[in-house]
Amino acid sequence: MATPVLDKAEAESSASPYITVTFRIRRFNPEVSEDAVWEDFAIEIDPKERVLDGLHKIKWDVDGTLTFRRSCAHGICGSDAMRINGKNRLACKTLIKDLNPEKPITVEPIKGLTVLKDLIVDMEPFFQAYRDVMPFLVTKGNEPTRERLQSAEDRERFDDTTKCILCAACTSSCPVFWNDGQYFGPAAIVNAHRFIFDSRDEAGEQRLEILNDKDGVWRCRTTFNCTDACPRGIEVTKAIQEVKRALITRRF
Amino acid sequence: MSADTSSAIGPVESGSLYDVDNPAPLIEAPRKRTGKTPRATRGNFEMAAWLFMRLSGVVLVVLVIGHLLIQLVLDGGVSKIGFAFVAGRWASPFWQVWDLLMLWLAMLHGANGLRTVINDYAERPNTRLWLKGLLYTATVFTILLGTLVIFTFDPNIR
Repeated sequence: MATPVLDKAEAESSASPYITVTFRIRRFNPEVSEDAVWEDFAIEIDPKERVLDGLHKIKWDVDGTLTFRRSCAHGICGSDAMRINGKNRLACKTLIKDLNPEKPITVEPIKGLTVLKDLIVDMEPFFQAYRDVMPFLVTKGNEPTRERLQSAEDRERFDDTTKCILCAACTSSCPVFWNDGQYFGPAAIVNAHRFIFDSRDEAGEQRLEILNDKDGVWRCRTTFNCTDACPRGIEVTKAIQEVKRALITRRF
Repeated sequence: MSADTSSAIGPVESGSLYDVDNPAPLIEAPRKRTGKTPRATRGNFEMAAWLFMRLSGVVLVVLVIGHLLIQLVLDGGVSKIGFAFVAGRWASPFWQVWDLLMLWLAMLHGANGLRTVINDYAERPNTRLWLKGLLYTATVFTILLGTLVIFTFDPNIR
């Protein structure tokens, strides 16, 4: 009874886990051509590995000119957000087996930001919007000699938006941001939300005024692209609506 | 010393395609944020517009569904509509106010919706300007004409 089961397990472990996966990558090199082109790379890879491992394999073994950002490679630093199979994700959190490896896996830079080379975009407009909402604690009066204490409930109020890693997956999936890039974008609003609803912070009113701008929260069309794209599972659209509600209830 | 150092450096593997006389093409940013975000200056028009959309939407649901029921479903449906039917309804100030409110709210609601669509989809400032100009002209014309008709309606015309 036990023998066939063992046989089967042995056969499985001896078979190679590697399969051939085609990566279809959007290449752009301004020193070679003004046009971006698709390039296919067929590599042998274990489907239980991540898209980032595939990109590494290509860069290290096949074509060293392939350029992309990554730092920690474990979903914390937010460097490797890219458009994989038409959806913004972190390459280091996307397993190949979850992507239908039968078909070519398309990898593109995130949209709405200037592409510098291959998968690298200019993040400056994104961080400019982030800086504009003053993402730091602002307080008045004397500094306490110990920590600024906060109740668990007060902490819970903005817990969701503290998870942001600034990968730009949300902002670069927002169709309003794609238009002219003047919209603050979900990421900036999420980080404003994190301080607006922090009981220790005293510049909430100022941040609300900044987001009341014509390129602020009122341009949100609640398409939920940002919530779908967020690799940390932040309810981005909900956070934006909470800022809208705060703006309306404070004024009336 | 310096001569030794420079001679020790090997030649560059492959020369760049570009040099001073033949510079690499400049990639222009398709979109740029201004260095500093301007402070909200002209009140909160966007907030007012956003609120108006929600509030007028709620009122319009009642007005439009009531209008459709009366015009198309109740009491013989669409076949009863004629000059006499409209004249009879507009004899009462209640229906005048109903229709006036519906005209204004629906036109402003629709115009504001189209304004945001133009803002979101028109890429060049000139296209934006012309589309919005056309939109505002059509809106003002329709609202004024409709208001004029409701207020100056004469059942004894002809």
